[in-house]
Amino acid sequence: MSEAISVPARPIRSASRVTPVTIFLWGLRIAALAVILYGSYQSISSGRLSGAQWRDLLIFGASTGSVFALIALGYTMVYGVLRFINFAHGEVFMVGAMMAFYVANGLAATSLWIASPFVSLLIVFVAAMTTSASLAVLLERIAYRPLRNAPRLIPLITSIGASFTIQYLVSGLVGPSTKDFPRMEPLRGTINVAGSLIPTSRVVVIVVTVIVMIALYLFVERTRTGKSMRAVSEDQETAALMGIDVNRTIVTVFAVGGAMAGVAGALWGLVFPSLNYFSGFLPGIKAFTAAVLGGIGNILGAMLGGVSLGVVESVGPSLVLAGYDIPAFSQLKDVVAYAALVMVLIFRPTGILGERLSRDRT
Amino acid sequence: MAQVTAPSPARPVEVELRPAPPVDLGRAARLGLIGGVAMVLVAATGIVGTFQTRLLIDPILPLGLLFLYLLAFAFGWMAGKPPAALEGFAPARANSRNLVAGALAGALGGLCVGVLAALMSTFDLRGVFVQLSPQLLEILTFGLPLGAAIIAIVAISAVAGAIGAGVHLLPVRLKRSLLPALVWVMMFALFTDLVGQLFAGLSAEFLTDFLFTGRGGALTIVGAITVFIVVFVAYWLLGGRETTLRERIEAMPRGQRTRFSLIAAAVILIILWFVPKVMGPFVSQVLDTAGIYLLMALGLNIVVGYAGMLDLGYVAFFAVGAYTGAILTSPQSPAFTPQLLLIVAIPFVMIAAALAGLMVATPVIRMRGDYLAIVTLGFGEIARILFNSEWLAPIFGGAQGITNIPDLQIGPLQLSTPQDYFYPIFLFVLIAAYVTFALQNSRWGRAWMAMREDESVAEAMGVNVVTAKLSAFVVGAVLASFGGALFGAQIGSVFPHSFDIVVSVTVLVIIIVGGMGSVPGVALGALVLIVLPNLLREFSQYQFLFYGVLLIVMMLTKPEGFIPSKRRAQELHADELSQDAWLDIYGDKPTTDATTTEPPR
Repeated sequence: MSEAISVPARPIRSASRVTPVTIFLWGLRIAALAVILYGSYQSISSGRLSGAQWRDLLIFGASTGSVFALIALGYTMVYGVLRFINFAHGEVFMVGAMMAFYVANGLAATSLWIASPFVSLLIVFVAAMTTSASLAVLLERIAYRPLRNAPRLIPLITSIGASFTIQYLVSGLVGPSTKDFPRMEPLRGTINVAGSLIPTSRVVVIVVTVIVMIALYLFVERTRTGKSMRAVSEDQETAALMGIDVNRTIVTVFAVGGAMAGVAGALWGLVFPSLNYFSGFLPGIKAFTAAVLGGIGNILGAMLGGVSLGVVESVGPSLVLAGYDIPAFSQLKDVVAYAALVMVLIFRPTGILGERLSRDRT
Repeated sequence: MAQVTAPSPARPVEVELRPAPPVDLGRAARLGLIGGVAMVLVAATGIVGTFQTRLLIDPILPLGLLFLYLLAFAFGWMAGKPPAALEGFAPARANSRNLVAGALAGALGGLCVGVLAALMSTFDLRGVFVQLSPQLLEILTFGLPLGAAIIAIVAISAVAGAIGAGVHLLPVRLKRSLLPALVWVMMFALFTDLVGQLFAGLSAEFLTDFLFTGRGGALTIVGAITVFIVVFVAYWLLGGRETTLRERIEAMPRGQRTRFSLIAAAVILIILWFVPKVMGPFVSQVLDTAGIYLLMALGLNIVVGYAGMLDLGYVAFFAVGAYTGAILTSPQSPAFTPQLLLIVAIPFVMIAAALAGLMVATPVIRMRGDYLAIVTLGFGEIARILFNSEWLAPIFGGAQGITNIPDLQIGPLQLSTPQDYFYPIFLFVLIAAYVTFALQNSRWGRAWMAMREDESVAEAMGVNVVTAKLSAFVVGAVLASFGGALFGAQIGSVFPHSFDIVVSVTVLVIIIVGGMGSVPGVALGALVLIVLPNLLREFSQYQFLFYGVLLIVMMLTKPEGFIPSKRRAQELHADELSQDAWLDIYGDKPTTDATTTEPPR
């Protein structure tokens, strides 16, 4: 389609000419860097936070970032295959978290919750994964499949509609009030890792994410289905000619991405125990940033991007904004995340790792 | 996208057509199940329960259940629709099998509701689904015992579905009179306040007393039948002529056509002059809101509809307009104490908005498509958080916003009521519509549209993409800022939470439903999507759910909108056009001129 035609136009132009736009963009780059460096210098030299506090912020960021990474997988895999942003993926995550909440709430009333927390958590995870995966597959079938060959903006607008629909359906079905995830006793303590005390729930989040990521990596790289997924993302038509069922592969991609979002939803409940119908929006946007940051279409990149974004978001306000004596700088936490999003998309749309898909984007 | 040209083979002497395949019952069953899920969701989100209190026609027709069975009707309509004519097949005609398909779809939908009712009477589901109350069960089962109720639900749904499918069996003229008549009855029944207000404004209260059960009451049976007959007869006499009015205008010679449009515009202006006087404060307030949204939609129409750049942070420009206006005119604003008149402030609002447009547009010049959408979303959210923040509170007032914005004053005229505000808002809408029309065929407009079709090709043809993108963002931003300034003056205060992402999405829904790139379409979109939810107060709770579903349905079925711009419709339906061209040559509408090069519409 038109993307294929447009390939040679950009590198030639941007490489050969210095336009006012290039100068402006370089100016912006330098200004942003200067702001960040000066702010960091100010706040570190003021010694407001101790080393241990910085370490806590880092761990907090890494565990939040792992949740982003899991959601980012859904964006990255769908983008890799269909070249479109599934705007409703944040809602897939939110529905998984809702399911996790209701299952956990049900289990908390039984003796199983205290007697064997591991089994209860497993049930919660399985329920959340199934729900999110089914929702993602349903979305693909109803909203995205009929639009496979439409102009690029149309599926994006559809997914915005899907996102709204799911949010307000959930709000109508279970009510708009905020839900509190039940506490699990064994997760409330701290664990001594290399001489420092870390909250158990955070450790669980990081460990589960790493396990799931490894499993997914093996699935994509080692199994036949994974191979067909990679083939379809490389070139749909050729894959179809090679005897790969493209439709089934795309459904698998949505299902796997949805399941990952379900895991993320359950983990979210462990770390941030409050939840409502709008909870999917912000993590969704941030996860998308993480996917782009790591290089969209790249599974390892999603992990890297997620953790980096989590760390930037948790350390950034105290590091950069505090250096300028901004009052109530924690209010601006999301500004840091959005600024990271904007900066990444403007200056490095190929991400940290990804060059593979770079040509037909931006 | 390549220019579409119809295939123009020489017309063969004789074409043998195979009979069309009959309507697919398996598809009808699938549609029925989807419809069933939709009906269950409508019940479980509380729509049925909320609307049940609203009587449409006095003792017999409550809106809640009607809504439920309208879905059965709609899915029956879809299931009974004869398949589109394909190459080599005769056009399909509807028959009794289509009725069966519609009834099947309806019955399956009803069965899903029956299952829901059975579940509700066995378990208490309110722990999770807050709306599944015993009252809802009572409404769904009509107070009957469960077994009888399920049979009744399935039967009613099957009948509704069969009626839906039966629409395809009606002769065209009957269909064109029957459906408008039903729609008008619905309108009279839904907008009782509006109709009553209108009659009161025209001092024709006797009509209200005749049609309704009283002031603000529901439509009576006699009233419903009267409205139905009047509209039916009117449409029957017109005989579907109203579709050819447009063609007749287009066929007029140039001078006559200009005169006709001038007269039509004058008549519309005169009617609009009296609208706020007749309609009273409440309806005027709703129309003001719609006007402000329309202003934004016309601006976004330039960015998305003309230039093809999806801007999801558009509300930021609205906010810039509102805040600039508020800071300059309000004595309460923390940063700027002098108190300007809004008229004096407007140029500054424009400058601020243009600067904001440049600020957003310059970094994103290199981006296209979906990445652009996400970056603009990011900018929009950053703007909202900054307006809300403690840090910038000395300028923008933080979460408390800016209050005490004085009313709009033009010379000795002091505007205060919603009726007064209708005129300046309408004036700005006219300006925006004029700008949109004027730009459409200007050098800028052509550059934007070329860029929308294919940026690289446009650039190769000598379009300066940088200027084109910057100008689209600036024009869009300035139009939105007018809306913002008027909004602030009318409400009297500006708060950061008014500038949520849902505003951006609402404006996007308006231009998509109306028709991207088409001014009448955008106006219709604003009218339907802003005025209707505000007039139907029960509805506002489900407004965004409705918008979301509407976005999906529009994108799947009619991505060019209800009143599309011609060029955009051609782009989106390129494949179907070549298919239709075949139909025009071989099908039941034979064209004498087989060498036509214009794609038929």
